[in-house]
Amino acid sequence: MDITGILLIIATTLFFPGIIIRIKSILSGRKGPGIFQPLKDIWRLFRKGAVYSETSSLIFQIAPAIYFSSVLAAISFIPFGDSPGLISFKWDFVCFAYVLALGKFFMIISSLDTGSSFEGMGASREALYSMLVEPAFFILMGSFALLTGYESFFEIFRSLHFGSYVSYAVGVLAAFVIVIIAMTENSRMPVDDPKTHLELTMVHEVMILDNSGFDLGLILYAANLKFAMYGALIANFFLTPGKEWFYSIPIFIGVQILFAMTVGIIESFMARFRMNHNPQFIFAVTSISLLIFLGVLFVTGKFIAA
Amino acid sequence: MSLSVVALFSIAFFVILTIVIRADWKSNIALLAVLFSAGLSSYIAVKTFFGESFQEIFDGGYVFGTIPVRADALAGWFILLTNFTSLTGILYGRSYMKSYENQPGNLSLHFASYMINHFSMIGIFLIQNFLAFLCFWEIMTISSFLLVIFEHGKMATIKAGINFLVQSHIGVLFLTIGFIYISHHTGSYDFNAINEYSRSVGPSAGSLLFICFFIGFAFKAGFVPFHTWLTYAHPAAPAHISGVMSGVIIKLGIFGILRMLLLINMDYLAMGCIVLLISLLSGVYGVMLAIVQHNVKKLLAYHSIENIGIIGMGIGLGLIGLGLNNSYLTFAGFTGALLHSLNHSLFKSLLFFGAGTVYQKTHTMEIEHLGGLIKKMPQTAILFLIASLAICGLPPFNGFVSEFIIYSGLFNGINQEHILFSILMIGSVSGLTLIGGLAMLCFTKAFGIMFLGKERHLYHEPVHEAKNAILFPKYLIAIFIILIGLLPQFFVGIAVIPAGLFTAVKNLTGQPAEFFPLFQSISMSAFALILLSILLFGIRWLVASPNRLVSPTWGCGYTGPGAKLQYTANSFVRSYRKLVRPLLMMNKKEEKIKGVFPGPVGLQTNPYDRMEAVLIDFPIKYLKGFFNAFRFFQNGKVQFYILYGIIFIVLAIIISLIVETLN
Repeated sequence: MDITGILLIIATTLFFPGIIIRIKSILSGRKGPGIFQPLKDIWRLFRKGAVYSETSSLIFQIAPAIYFSSVLAAISFIPFGDSPGLISFKWDFVCFAYVLALGKFFMIISSLDTGSSFEGMGASREALYSMLVEPAFFILMGSFALLTGYESFFEIFRSLHFGSYVSYAVGVLAAFVIVIIAMTENSRMPVDDPKTHLELTMVHEVMILDNSGFDLGLILYAANLKFAMYGALIANFFLTPGKEWFYSIPIFIGVQILFAMTVGIIESFMARFRMNHNPQFIFAVTSISLLIFLGVLFVTGKFIAA
Repeated sequence: MSLSVVALFSIAFFVILTIVIRADWKSNIALLAVLFSAGLSSYIAVKTFFGESFQEIFDGGYVFGTIPVRADALAGWFILLTNFTSLTGILYGRSYMKSYENQPGNLSLHFASYMINHFSMIGIFLIQNFLAFLCFWEIMTISSFLLVIFEHGKMATIKAGINFLVQSHIGVLFLTIGFIYISHHTGSYDFNAINEYSRSVGPSAGSLLFICFFIGFAFKAGFVPFHTWLTYAHPAAPAHISGVMSGVIIKLGIFGILRMLLLINMDYLAMGCIVLLISLLSGVYGVMLAIVQHNVKKLLAYHSIENIGIIGMGIGLGLIGLGLNNSYLTFAGFTGALLHSLNHSLFKSLLFFGAGTVYQKTHTMEIEHLGGLIKKMPQTAILFLIASLAICGLPPFNGFVSEFIIYSGLFNGINQEHILFSILMIGSVSGLTLIGGLAMLCFTKAFGIMFLGKERHLYHEPVHEAKNAILFPKYLIAIFIILIGLLPQFFVGIAVIPAGLFTAVKNLTGQPAEFFPLFQSISMSAFALILLSILLFGIRWLVASPNRLVSPTWGCGYTGPGAKLQYTANSFVRSYRKLVRPLLMMNKKEEKIKGVFPGPVGLQTNPYDRMEAVLIDFPIKYLKGFFNAFRFFQNGKVQFYILYGIIFIVLAIIISLIVETLN
């Protein structure tokens, strides 16, 4: 058991949203807030009072806490280089995805709990998109299980080694798929614009319209954690060779910064899709992960065996 | 005197007692009878888990031959899960039927059918004689039919019941063909004859035989495309019957398939692929249609098809494991299928009971008409939520455990030698993921619209929490749902005993060593998740400012929000519906707005099953036309009917004489 990974992920959340915001402000030629501004906002929210809708019930009160703890629990499955995650067992990635889904389930019903005319809209979209994106993750993990012959996060990442050119291509595609999954799950730019001011065009933001105070802080911080979590997954692709901490920690931080910058750049130069184009975009991710699977079949020589 | 005879006579006694006793006592007698036969059969079932086999042999005379009553761990497993659901079903049904005490005759029939149904199910698990098995199967079918048509005054109920009866008998036809074929070749009615016969003729004939039995049992289980009766019968029946039907009666089909699997020597690999593909289709198709349903019970009925698909995926996986001589695949597949059968019987009966409570209080099953019930019936709502989370396969509830086992088998199967299996397995993995995601969409809709928000409709009478007698059986089920989720190692430990029967078919090694530590880890992470949530909730209590206000929901500046402004179930699934429109059949009636001052206009959408339209309605239309040509036979004159009889007898004699002379 090793908690370096978890500590690093939490450390990443301190600067991750700040970097996105800085990149966006630099690219649009604004002065922009400091790197720690998003964190300060969350801290302020934690201590603020809250307003609850009179329509809402118990579900609305417990959902943010369950959502947050589901993300934390999911993080405990993520390995860090040579050390396994806090909880590690065979096929733990199934548990990882389903724990995240539990949190999402509660967020969706909590938004329906307010009886709002907008929040159900966001909930419906979030449920649909996360349903569409999930097969991509599972196909990706299945491909890696096939490539390495191992079946848990830790063992897969430990034994992942890039032998041929095809496997490099597989690695790049996999990183790309995880970036897109992270963007979709976090409701970021090509799928959803977190900065939009029109409720009709929101996905995640509109779901949490009625949350305030501590609860809103939890939800916002959980989004940061989720980003850092997917960043950690990407970082794990590159952590395998460096056994010593003075290699792996800088690589980890470097990958996270790069990831945050990528998100910032994507958000600066891309517009949000029309709502009905989103499913097509997400299907494309699934087909890319299928490409990865075919690539892996090629690398492992199954085509020839057949 | 043997146990079976005791059970038979006491059930007969209880049935007579129910008929003669006072109306308000009938339910208690039914409870007593179910308790009695459940106790007796559980005793046999538990013994099988300790390796003690149970066997009684009766002499059925010239017609039946010897009737063996045998119990193994497979029968034991299904007996236990049937007993639990039947017991909670009658506990719930007792209170549910209170309002019908003004119809004593109808009530006697109902409760007598319930007892007979329970008894015949246990008979099906134990009896291993073709003819006696078919008799019990028939008794079970007819008693379920009587249970379904309790409210026979309604046209829809009678139609659903007859649909069920007809389709069940098509299943029986396939079973009968299989049984006749074997008894013709072996001259025996004993189930062991199937085994001996299939070993003597080789795997390809065995496969054909298995397909015949599979279709027969699939009608009962509700695999697509044999599912169409299910979505009518479940909503038509009273809530506790829907729960028992979905929980255990359709599991009889699963039991039959598993029993035949143990007996028939076949081409395991090919059959495994077929079963896996059919199950995948059932799973995805069931949940896809469930989402667009707006009647709670119909929605739950489609989810039964989905869950049968998941169970079938486990069976298919296990079969492929047997074909590849892979002990992990076999083990994970069958353990997953068995455990999911139990899990489904738990959460599905809880969901149906919850829906029944809602129906009794609000007198509607339309999701669009409900809303805000969590404030009026909080316990019912929380119980429904637990079952919804469990059916979506989310941790820390029971559905996750069995789905995890099946996932583990599928991922293990990816690493097979042959590319075909890698592709099949990855396809199944994405199918199972899709099923999970769609189930989440469906149950966020069902729970969110039914119980949350504001009332969407004016209820006829004030709605309040159900009585304790209604809640008690539901809590009982919920406890098991949570226990299996939190301590899976214990329940998986029991499920592996019947699963071991299947690995023994090919003398594969028993359970793999890595199996149990897995469930300890799952149990650990489930506890961690719960502790974290509680901890966070505590922190929230401490840190968050006590300054809390209550105000109307944010309406974007609009200050007159009403219940009609809320998001509806139809709009919640609209983007999904548009996405899958080519695959579904939505009958839409839309009135156009006309003129400057338009009158009231309406929009009506009606989801329909495309498979039903193609496989049932279309042939029936043409069959009707064809058979109409022969209507002159049925002219209502007795003389003609006697003439037909004589013609038939003469023809039978002449044909047999001709055949004899030719030979």
